[in-house]
Amino acid sequence: MRSESESKAKEIICIICPVGCRIIVKRDKNSSSGYSVSGNECKKGEAYGIEELTNPTRVLTTTVKIEGALYNRLPVRTDGAIPKDKIFACMKVINRIEVKAPVKVGKVIIENILDTGIHLIASRSMLRSMLRSMLRSIKAS
Amino acid sequence: MKGSDGVKGYDVAVIGGGPAGLAAAIESKKHGAGSICVIERDRELGGILQQCIHNGFGLHIFKEDLTGPEYAERFIDELKELEITCKLDTMVLELSADRHMDIINTYDGFMRIKAEAIILAMGCRERTRGAINIPGTRPAGVFTAGTAQRFINMEGCLVGRKIVMLGTGDIGLIMARRLTLEGAEVKVVLARRGYPGGLMRNVAQCLYDYNIPLLLHHTVVKIMGKERVTGVLIARTDEERKPIPGTEELYDCDTLLLSVGLIPENELSREAGVKLDPVTGGPVVDESMGTSIRGIFACGNVVHVHDLVDYVTDESRRAGRSAAKFVQKSLKEEGLLIKTKPGDGIRYIVPNLIRVDNLDDTLELFMRVSEIYRNARLMVKADDVVIRKVKKMQMAPGEMERIRLDSKILKDREVSVLSVKVEKEGT
Repeated sequence: MRSESESKAKEIICIICPVGCRIIVKRDKNSSSGYSVSGNECKKGEAYGIEELTNPTRVLTTTVKIEGALYNRLPVRTDGAIPKDKIFACMKVINRIEVKAPVKVGKVIIENILDTGIHLIASRSMLRSMLRSMLRSIKAS
Repeated sequence: MKGSDGVKGYDVAVIGGGPAGLAAAIESKKHGAGSICVIERDRELGGILQQCIHNGFGLHIFKEDLTGPEYAERFIDELKELEITCKLDTMVLELSADRHMDIINTYDGFMRIKAEAIILAMGCRERTRGAINIPGTRPAGVFTAGTAQRFINMEGCLVGRKIVMLGTGDIGLIMARRLTLEGAEVKVVLARRGYPGGLMRNVAQCLYDYNIPLLLHHTVVKIMGKERVTGVLIARTDEERKPIPGTEELYDCDTLLLSVGLIPENELSREAGVKLDPVTGGPVVDESMGTSIRGIFACGNVVHVHDLVDYVTDESRRAGRSAAKFVQKSLKEEGLLIKTKPGDGIRYIVPNLIRVDNLDDTLELFMRVSEIYRNARLMVKADDVVIRKVKKMQMAPGEMERIRLDSKILKDREVSVLSVKVEKEGT
């Protein structure tokens, strides 16, 4: 694979909004950012295009185990974008976690996950479910 | 309040507590409807949003990038603040044209209710294996993408290890990524047409990001396995999406996921006699989201399948306002009625009818094109007069188009048909 500095232009699909612009990012010495971006319908697309080539990041959404709630899983998200190449490493950390109901939306589940400076937060509230916790205690005994 | 006949009465009853029903109920309340009841068959409100744990919701309404559950929670909180009644775990058995409903649950038992206005917000259902007739055996391991999504995201069960996905709807694309994150191997995603059905951003961030192969012009021609899926036979498809004999290839897998389209869920509407549009599969609606039956409104995916929940919210708020107006007898039921007509290249337009006197300052037309167009124009005509041309770099059937018109254009002249067609560049 060629490194991005060698390749002349890269066509990517912008994922910022549902429009999904096909944007072309080129090395450009004359531009202040060092790149020129075309095909984007808005300013955000330009920033995304440059970032995608220099430091691609994504918001990670997944679930963690929850005990005593209506469901077995609590949806969680990172409260900002994390480097793309840390996604699977983060999943490993997240899959070791178990939380207890009740949980309020926005609650920090993992602080500063893998030193990214980003927190993992609950993406919904979940009450304690009496029925679930009763069933669980019957199973356990 | 209970009527003399023992039937409980509401100003507005909303069938379905997903994004459409929530937005409609809240908006009805804000516009003066007194008693409102939301009827939901699941254990909680929020509908399909609760299993859509990915982000990308609310960019338009909240100017924020939210997940499905976060989006739902904002509306659920507002519904509670407004003290709107909701009945969970409750099925509507029958709806009649005189706006009576038979409902049942385990805490009220069987109940008959009556509402001044009813809002249909039942959403849609996924097409299944039966809907597309895939030959082969009938082993376990064939799921729709949405069912798999509920299993994984809410129940915490992984549906399989080696996955083949047929279809490229948005839920399918999102599930391909989700399964990969949870350690399954998505061997291939097949699109029966020459282009993916879902949004391009989802192809990019769900397939390209994880190097999941996408095969265009391919379908599954046979499912194999006795107890559990052991493999699927795939084949290339021709221009008519028919498999080409001799192109078959075997894929070893334990699970087949289907993301092959959504159908508005209109059993109740049909029974009540609501007129349905054969193209959308949903009720024929007017500018106020009123159906063919007086006092029955509809909004969201029960009308036509939307790409974005924000558009559902917009549409449902309109339905909620209209229902409140109807209850307060300020919704106009007479006056000039314009028909909308899909022209060349347009599959359908919502709304189907426009009563000019009920229009706000702008009128929004929603439509889908029938194939992919590059550098084309959408041309809006009021009878024979072109009133609007919109340039489009790219249009695809998977992406809903919106055109906003100034209502004045329609109020100033006696229009009878409003049509939209696709005009290719240079013609």
